[in-house]
Amino acid sequence: MTVSNADNETIVKSEPGSSSRVFKDFFSSPGAAIGFAVLIIICGLAILAPWISPQNPYDLMQLDIMDGRLAPGSESMNGLVYHLGTDSQGRDILSGILYGLRTSLTVGVVSAIAAALIGTSAGLFAAYTGGRIETGVMRLVDLQLSFPTILMALMMLAVLGKGVTNVVIALIIAEWATYARTVRATALVEREKEYIEAARMLRLPGWRILFRHLLPNCLAPVIVIATMQVARAIGLEATLSFLGLGASVTEPSLGMLISTGYQYLLTGLYWISFFPGVALLITIVAINLVGDRVRDVLNPRNAS
Amino acid sequence: MVTSIIRRLFQALFVVLAMTVIVFIGVSVIGNPVDILINPDANQVERARVIAHYGLDEPLWKQYFIFLRGLAQGDFGDSFVYGRPALGLILERLPATLELAIAALGIAIVVGLPLGLYAGLYPSRISSRTIMTGSILGFSLPTFWVGLMLIMIFSVELGWLPTNGRGPTLEFLGGQWSFLTSDGLRHLLLPALNLALFKTSLILRLTRAGVQEVLPQDYIKFARAKGLRERRVIAVHVLKNLMIPVVTIVGLEFGSLIAFSVVTESIFAWPGMGKLIIDSINLLDRPVIVAYLMIMVLLFVVLNFVIDICYTILDPRVRLDSKA
Repeated sequence: MTVSNADNETIVKSEPGSSSRVFKDFFSSPGAAIGFAVLIIICGLAILAPWISPQNPYDLMQLDIMDGRLAPGSESMNGLVYHLGTDSQGRDILSGILYGLRTSLTVGVVSAIAAALIGTSAGLFAAYTGGRIETGVMRLVDLQLSFPTILMALMMLAVLGKGVTNVVIALIIAEWATYARTVRATALVEREKEYIEAARMLRLPGWRILFRHLLPNCLAPVIVIATMQVARAIGLEATLSFLGLGASVTEPSLGMLISTGYQYLLTGLYWISFFPGVALLITIVAINLVGDRVRDVLNPRNAS
Repeated sequence: MVTSIIRRLFQALFVVLAMTVIVFIGVSVIGNPVDILINPDANQVERARVIAHYGLDEPLWKQYFIFLRGLAQGDFGDSFVYGRPALGLILERLPATLELAIAALGIAIVVGLPLGLYAGLYPSRISSRTIMTGSILGFSLPTFWVGLMLIMIFSVELGWLPTNGRGPTLEFLGGQWSFLTSDGLRHLLLPALNLALFKTSLILRLTRAGVQEVLPQDYIKFARAKGLRERRVIAVHVLKNLMIPVVTIVGLEFGSLIAFSVVTESIFAWPGMGKLIIDSINLLDRPVIVAYLMIMVLLFVVLNFVIDICYTILDPRVRLDSKA
């Protein structure tokens, strides 16, 4: 244990990617700092939704059909102000967005992390073992990456059926290949470096070299892809929910909210679709701003 | 060259075969084929007939060969909803989707290429920075939401363009096309713009990156030193060298445009393949789903194959066999 720890420490110190440098670099870009702040606020709102939202939009007891399709800023019978208006069921759009953010963020984060775990393991394993297994895994990756994500997701949903859980599964299956390809490429380079050779000399067991030496040094691209992938997953989930293949009416997500407002859009009731869309947009842009900066900061070519 | 093409051809065939296995497993093993292939409204006699027709009482490997035989003959079964062969149903919607995808690609090239060129040539101008920021928005904006906003602004508020549908069509080359009539064009504009948004940003960024890579090269300096006019340097020396990556991406992205048209078609009620597949998934019309998936697989394999061949012809440095 002590040997490998000492090993890792020297590596970390000699590389320009130490955590304090990364931290400082990240916040030196105003765009990234704003994106990060917005993201924190969005996550906070999503987590606190049950306590801060004016009503529970999925508790039918709290809905009043008489308040249906009210314009933003209208007041309900019992004095509640609907800042962003209501939908056809009398649901407060603001509350709907807060609850919807919960579903959207959960889907994005869960699918990105699961895909990262599967893809990283597959890529690492392929690079480390080589031979037939490597060829097999990489062929599968090539096969998958030659089709667009939405087609893979549609294929999965056609087989699995509709629903949020199935959307998460479809997103994982559609996205793991990106990680696998990147991690394998990184691992192939890292494998040849001296610290791995040194670890082999020390006769450390294979799994230990794999997870304690190779893995930590392949993580930078995984973090970058995962950040971007959260945004992509949120967008895709919203798209699939909008198409009626994802969230049902009882499981709110931003995409589903937009889709319920779609039919009213043509009659000029813009707010049912518009505001959830703005929330979705802000979330995706914030994540992309953060991801863009993380990529620049973790890229060794850009290190000062 | 010939051997590499033949090898590629075998790889392509292998991909198609692999995908048939995956789709078959999806339909027959994960899902219950009896539920999937037989209309829930069918009576006992009908059930027995379909089970016998698809050989669902046979062992799995035999079922797979029956499935393959059906594919080879273009027989995917009849749609539950329309009661007609699934393949015909899809092929008849192909022109609508192709038309949309081609129009979107055209818009993406016509808008993306010049803007990317401009942003690459004058990177420090404020207008260039605005273009680049706009392209980030183009990447981040969810396509379906942009579609809704387009409808809201141009159809509902301003009333300039129709909200949905395809408009009148004319027969041409055996298909129905709407770009031949002026009202059809009006119907085509919004969906095509919507579908083009993402690809415009992509082509724009690609072109800009390419320009910045080409500009510092010696042959550009030499061309300028020769006293060539700036217009000629850009049109001949810069643009020509940009074309290889751009052409490749355009080819690759055409397939993804067709795949992504599911979203745009659903928003604008555009009667293409994409809308059909979404409706079919919602109605569990499995023969149509299987037929659509297989057609898309075939399309992508053919597209990738053609691009690989073009690569070898366009850029002699890329030799497919060197990879192996």
